[in-house]
Amino acid sequence: MAQRITIDPITRIEGHLRIDAEVDGGQVTKAWSSGQMWRGIETILKGRDPRDAWLFTQRICGVCTTVHALASVRAVENALKLEIPLNAQYIRNIVMAIHALQDHIVHFYVLSALDWVDVVSALSADPKKTAALANSLSEWPNNSAKRFAAVQGKVKALVESGQLGPFANGYWGHPAMKLPPEANLMAVSHYLESLDYQRKATQALGIISGKNPHIQNLSVGGVTTALNPDSDSALNMERLYWIKQLIQEVRGFIQQVYLPDVVAVGALYKDWLPYGAGVTNYLAVPDMVLNAKATEFDLPGGTIMNGDLGTVKGITSFNDDYFRDNVVENIAHAWYKGDWSKHPYEEDDVPNYTEFQDDGKYSWIKAPRFQGQPMQVGPLSQMLVGYAQGHKPIIENVNNALSLVSSVAGVTVGPEVLHSTLGRHVARAVRASMLGDLALKHWDLLVDNIGKGDLEIFNKPVFPQGEQQGYGIHEAPRGVLSHWVVIQDGKIKNYQCVVPSTWNAGPRDEKGVAGPYEASLLGNPVADAEKPLEVLRTIHSFDPCIACAVHTVDANGVELSKVKAL
Amino acid sequence: MEDQAGNMELISGLSRRGFLKGCTLAAAALGLSEAMIPKLLEAAESAQRPTVIWLHFQECTGCTESLLRGSHPDIGRLLLDVISLDYHETVMVPSGHQAEKSLHDSVEKNKGKFVLVVEGAIPTADNGNFCKIAGRTAMDILAEVGPKAAAVISLGTCAAFGGIQAADPNPTGAKGVQDLLSGVPIVNIPGCPPNPVTFLGTVLHYLTFKRLPNCDNLGRPLFAYGRRIHDHCERRAHFDEGRFAEEFGDYGHKNGYCLYKVGCKGPETFSNCPAARFNDVDVWPVSVGHGCIGCTEPNFWDSMTPFYERLPHVKIPGTGIIADADSAGKKILGVAAAGAAIHAAVGIGKAKLKGKDKE
Repeated sequence: MAQRITIDPITRIEGHLRIDAEVDGGQVTKAWSSGQMWRGIETILKGRDPRDAWLFTQRICGVCTTVHALASVRAVENALKLEIPLNAQYIRNIVMAIHALQDHIVHFYVLSALDWVDVVSALSADPKKTAALANSLSEWPNNSAKRFAAVQGKVKALVESGQLGPFANGYWGHPAMKLPPEANLMAVSHYLESLDYQRKATQALGIISGKNPHIQNLSVGGVTTALNPDSDSALNMERLYWIKQLIQEVRGFIQQVYLPDVVAVGALYKDWLPYGAGVTNYLAVPDMVLNAKATEFDLPGGTIMNGDLGTVKGITSFNDDYFRDNVVENIAHAWYKGDWSKHPYEEDDVPNYTEFQDDGKYSWIKAPRFQGQPMQVGPLSQMLVGYAQGHKPIIENVNNALSLVSSVAGVTVGPEVLHSTLGRHVARAVRASMLGDLALKHWDLLVDNIGKGDLEIFNKPVFPQGEQQGYGIHEAPRGVLSHWVVIQDGKIKNYQCVVPSTWNAGPRDEKGVAGPYEASLLGNPVADAEKPLEVLRTIHSFDPCIACAVHTVDANGVELSKVKAL
Repeated sequence: MEDQAGNMELISGLSRRGFLKGCTLAAAALGLSEAMIPKLLEAAESAQRPTVIWLHFQECTGCTESLLRGSHPDIGRLLLDVISLDYHETVMVPSGHQAEKSLHDSVEKNKGKFVLVVEGAIPTADNGNFCKIAGRTAMDILAEVGPKAAAVISLGTCAAFGGIQAADPNPTGAKGVQDLLSGVPIVNIPGCPPNPVTFLGTVLHYLTFKRLPNCDNLGRPLFAYGRRIHDHCERRAHFDEGRFAEEFGDYGHKNGYCLYKVGCKGPETFSNCPAARFNDVDVWPVSVGHGCIGCTEPNFWDSMTPFYERLPHVKIPGTGIIADADSAGKKILGVAAAGAAIHAAVGIGKAKLKGKDKE
């Protein structure tokens, strides 16, 4: 007899998400993903100055802060056919990379690790054995028995205080928790250490961008970070070297702690390798731009269909028609009037909340489709698309991670294991590691260019009369982000964001085809329906960001019904 | 292998030195003498950590992320030593009904004693259906939890004033906490997101003195929002001397001239950004060449846009006479009274609200 479970709220994510699952025989047999909040930011953008759009859209999300900013300025620049100076490209790339470093670290430790790590079990670990385990995985100098013992004492004090705070009512002692106490203690210690390194990343970002979250150094046409080695009111060499040092420290943590931890968790949970693939159509867009025209990149984009790496097709520039022409969104199961599929330039939707209908409408999130197909987006997509295209750094980094998994797990695994819940974590850690290298590469490119005497950062946008359309793409920490703008006589006529968590968290489409979250849960084990830890594992592996996913819509026709007084 | 940092004091995420620095900064910001620092510390480290319940409504989680980036206290110390954060959707371990249990247990146990932090606005249109958690609307949750709190901190411009979703035409009927809740002390800490230093200062003030700090008539603590950005901006001397960046990347921009002509809203914005700075790296938006967007002011999404156009009615001195600039400031505010302590920010937004161009 199937049992229905509803998890609302899904915590340790951004935004308000509800997941429903039918469980039969200890496995998920049907699932629904439902976004529970809508804000109407694109509606608010209509009629406004396109130069302001990035400051608005950035507030779609304070976790993926920077990403909407980048996609937005790129969309308006695309509409105006406006190139930006090379320095601005490099500065944007550094912003992009550093933000991803911070975001990926936070995702694994703060938002996901406690699905796999039992904090209470860490109390019974031997700190010396913990140090031996940690030192077998990496050369990180802080992996000492002393430190692990101190952290253990801290956790003990917390438990004994009786005030568990955010750790109360966790899934401690859950039958699906399988790490040995030493691995748990190592992870708890690294959880605390990760908080420092994610902060260092944001400090580097702050030096470039003025503050974080919500950077404030972009503009349509370039960046506003003035470059001047001879000024204390601009990005000078002192500040550039400060940024470099911080990036090096963060990269060290990623390559010596985060990546080995993910590999260890993956290997110690090897029984989980078959679960969570779901939709195996993958979509990624190119990023880390190498020239002013945005036709060369350090990270590749493209598509893979049906999990077959042989089907790979590239997306190669910021003007790629293959991407532009094949994106639509469907609202058959989303709380908007109608059941249309429309291209983002054409969308004009009306909110229409109707409660949760299993076979009808059940989410604020729309269902994006590429050539009519649901697509999974995120670091895994980018790694697979690059792997399939023969992108050397990706092949090298992915293979290294897989061989490490193989040696810890004691079984040889190949790239096929990446189609899974754990694969998403491994791919994200690999991507983070690569972005640590790339952030430094683009720092070098920027400094070289400054050394040539080029201090240009901005090309002034000019808005002609008439209508222009443009789209901006960005490979955000959670995957493909695209903004679509229609400008009429210098004002925003229409604006749509098709975001990573819309691709992944979207509901069924008009044909009843499930979105990636929904598909990924099918067959997922559930040991205790009262404590559906395993559902959280798979959902968290996507890094849900739901405020992003449910931002859109035109509010024409909303009934402003009576305000309930409190 | 010997630990580089082999004692409790230096464990990453739990640095006491950073926390002391934060308390010193907070004491200075609050206008307290150094003699008060031990009292602040004592209040923050009492055996029974004060309970904080944190609700997320229509928001982007930027305020939470801001706290995650804070360093005094850093988030690890804040959670383990300073407060007991019993409900916070982004960091709490349990989900679903177990998360709900954490909320209800804590509210009942700490009734009248906990601090409620609200992040995000509350949609009121269509019966509040635009934001639901565990099947209940944000309006219902606030109505249940709010009156049981000892005090409410509306963190960020969304919780304080409705924020971005309340921008014209406010499709979801978004409102700030103070518009919906009464009978409980409320303090507004606007900003998009606000500086974590301001949040810490407010929390320490409350823990130390058992009351909220003194506020302006928009409910913002005077210690953080008592002065205009323009009045303590490092580029102010350039304004007074008539030296401006005319375009991003030009000579004036490269050399730190005033950003008023490229859209800075500092002359109408009350905040401590130039003093508190961000991310512990001595920066704020104006210091990296972008104008202030006025994010601590109500309705700034309407009243301060377009962001790259000049504020109207600001008299540019160009003569080096500081008195001219100050009188320009008063004119903007529509206030004749002098003195920062009574800056009377009321009406800044309303008087200037242009609404967006509907053409």
